[in-house]
Amino acid sequence: MLDTSPRDETLLEVNNIEVIYNHVILVLKGVSLNVPKGGITALLGGNGAGKTTTLKAISNLLKSERGEVTKGTITYRGERVQDLMPSDLVKKGVVQVMEGRHCFEHLTVEENLLTGAYTRGVSRGEIDADLNMVYDYFPRLKERRKSQAGYTSGGEQQMVAIGRALMSRPETILLDEPSMGLAPQLVEQIFGIVKSLNEEQGYTFLLAEQNTNVALRFAHYGYILESGRVVMDGDAKSLRENPDVKEFYLGMSDEGRKSFRDVRSYRRRKRWLA
Amino acid sequence: MPDQLIFGMEVVLNGLMAGVLYALVALGFVLIYKASGIFNYAQGVMALFAAMTLVGMMEGRVPFSHLINAIFGTEIHHFGWHLPGLLAILLTMVIMVVLAWIVNQLIFRHLVNQEPIILFMATIGLAYFLEGFGDMMWGSDIKKLDVGLPQGINDWIDATTFEIMGYGFFIDNLDIVATGVAALLVIALVAFAQYSKQGRAMRAVADDHQAALSVGISLNFIWVMVWSLAGFVALVAGIMWGTKSGVQFSLSLIALKALPVLMLGGFTSIPGAIVGGLIIGVGEKLFEFAIGPMVGGATENWFAYVLALIFLVFRPQGLFGEKIIERV
Repeated sequence: MLDTSPRDETLLEVNNIEVIYNHVILVLKGVSLNVPKGGITALLGGNGAGKTTTLKAISNLLKSERGEVTKGTITYRGERVQDLMPSDLVKKGVVQVMEGRHCFEHLTVEENLLTGAYTRGVSRGEIDADLNMVYDYFPRLKERRKSQAGYTSGGEQQMVAIGRALMSRPETILLDEPSMGLAPQLVEQIFGIVKSLNEEQGYTFLLAEQNTNVALRFAHYGYILESGRVVMDGDAKSLRENPDVKEFYLGMSDEGRKSFRDVRSYRRRKRWLA
Repeated sequence: MPDQLIFGMEVVLNGLMAGVLYALVALGFVLIYKASGIFNYAQGVMALFAAMTLVGMMEGRVPFSHLINAIFGTEIHHFGWHLPGLLAILLTMVIMVVLAWIVNQLIFRHLVNQEPIILFMATIGLAYFLEGFGDMMWGSDIKKLDVGLPQGINDWIDATTFEIMGYGFFIDNLDIVATGVAALLVIALVAFAQYSKQGRAMRAVADDHQAALSVGISLNFIWVMVWSLAGFVALVAGIMWGTKSGVQFSLSLIALKALPVLMLGGFTSIPGAIVGGLIIGVGEKLFEFAIGPMVGGATENWFAYVLALIFLVFRPQGLFGEKIIERV
């Protein structure tokens, strides 16, 4: 049911990029991926695999952290975007929701949402309409719109961060680790909203996520990163059924309980995979 | 009414007026600190530089005349015109905006995401550079500044209080003007920060640089804007202090008086800067009046700092500072 969405037009194309932090630390060693219009593409992998760096390379937030793309190209709608300022990219319709939410703590929930519309030179009426759209998807935020964002719960902050991104009227949303630090039930809820935003409003998502299980249930396509390289990619369904993915990322295996002896072969296979 | 009480009231009033001037300088600090987390040590020197430039503009002085004369052996000092006060103020403001842009372009743009102490050191460097640059540009002589603000004793207050209490209060007209200007400035700044799109963006940048970048706010634009605003506040403070006590080096030292004001009011609060300034102003005048004679006077030099120390111990965020939000 998930794999029938249109997969014709490629919006975002990352072609063999290398990223170096502080001129010395090589974090990405050649990552390539395609994000099709109207799809949810998942970027999976463990801690330090390079998911966040990939997203930041695309949204151009790397420079403020002394990172740079040294090789490869990033294009959006066929146009090279890696030398743009983050604000130009937002105007082009690519916005990032950063890992760990990053709300403006001392601003109210509503003010947080309004900053999302910063790059748009439109009337207050139009912005209010979008505000209502966000409140429709996140009714909880409407209740809390006058509270300081710093005092809202983790789930609410994640909603603020996503809602704020929506306020820029983006085409593509780079969503970094939305499940971080949230209870499983909330994770389901957030992913459910992402799914309906995708289906009803046509937003394209590139989603970085450690929680492979949830991500592969909601995404259409997945890439698996390990130590700065893409080691596997495919339809969400085929990834879910792949025995290696099952074993390494979903913690399932056909053979039932494992003995300690299997660890060596596990390591060897994992190295081969990387 | 006992004489002591009447003197005390006059002291309080004068303290309030002095406090307004402290608050004006503190405001500039708050603006920059709020938006960029930079404690701008150069704020006082900016006030001095603004006042010097204003005098130079009004009197038609040739900038860098000493340098030019030394190199080319010429003897030029004045263009030979006098600009009206308002025009000179506008031109000075333009120069302060240009200065803000240059400072951001050459220094702070390259220090994004650096430790606060590094940014602080950069502003110390900026302060000393600007001080020397100002002297080179306009000369280091003590200048008289008169943009046409009323000065001297306010006769009406003097007469009225004499009628009521048999003792005329001495209140300087300039202090009254300064109070009015400071009040207007605060209202305008608070309204700007709270309700305008750019003001909201400014507060967003203050909370989280990275997130502000991610929603498409240009840090460079916001910072130039904030430094320009701080330049404007410095200009206002420079006009008031310069008119009061002449444009000279000691003007830049009033910045040090702003420090205890900030510790009292909180580094992030615009109204806090005002209230802090008033408390310090009144506090040090009253203390000098009441306790000073017992300890041999000269308490005004240290009273503010002692008060600030006490605040640091019991309420580190100041009276109005933003509560440090910590979720557990």
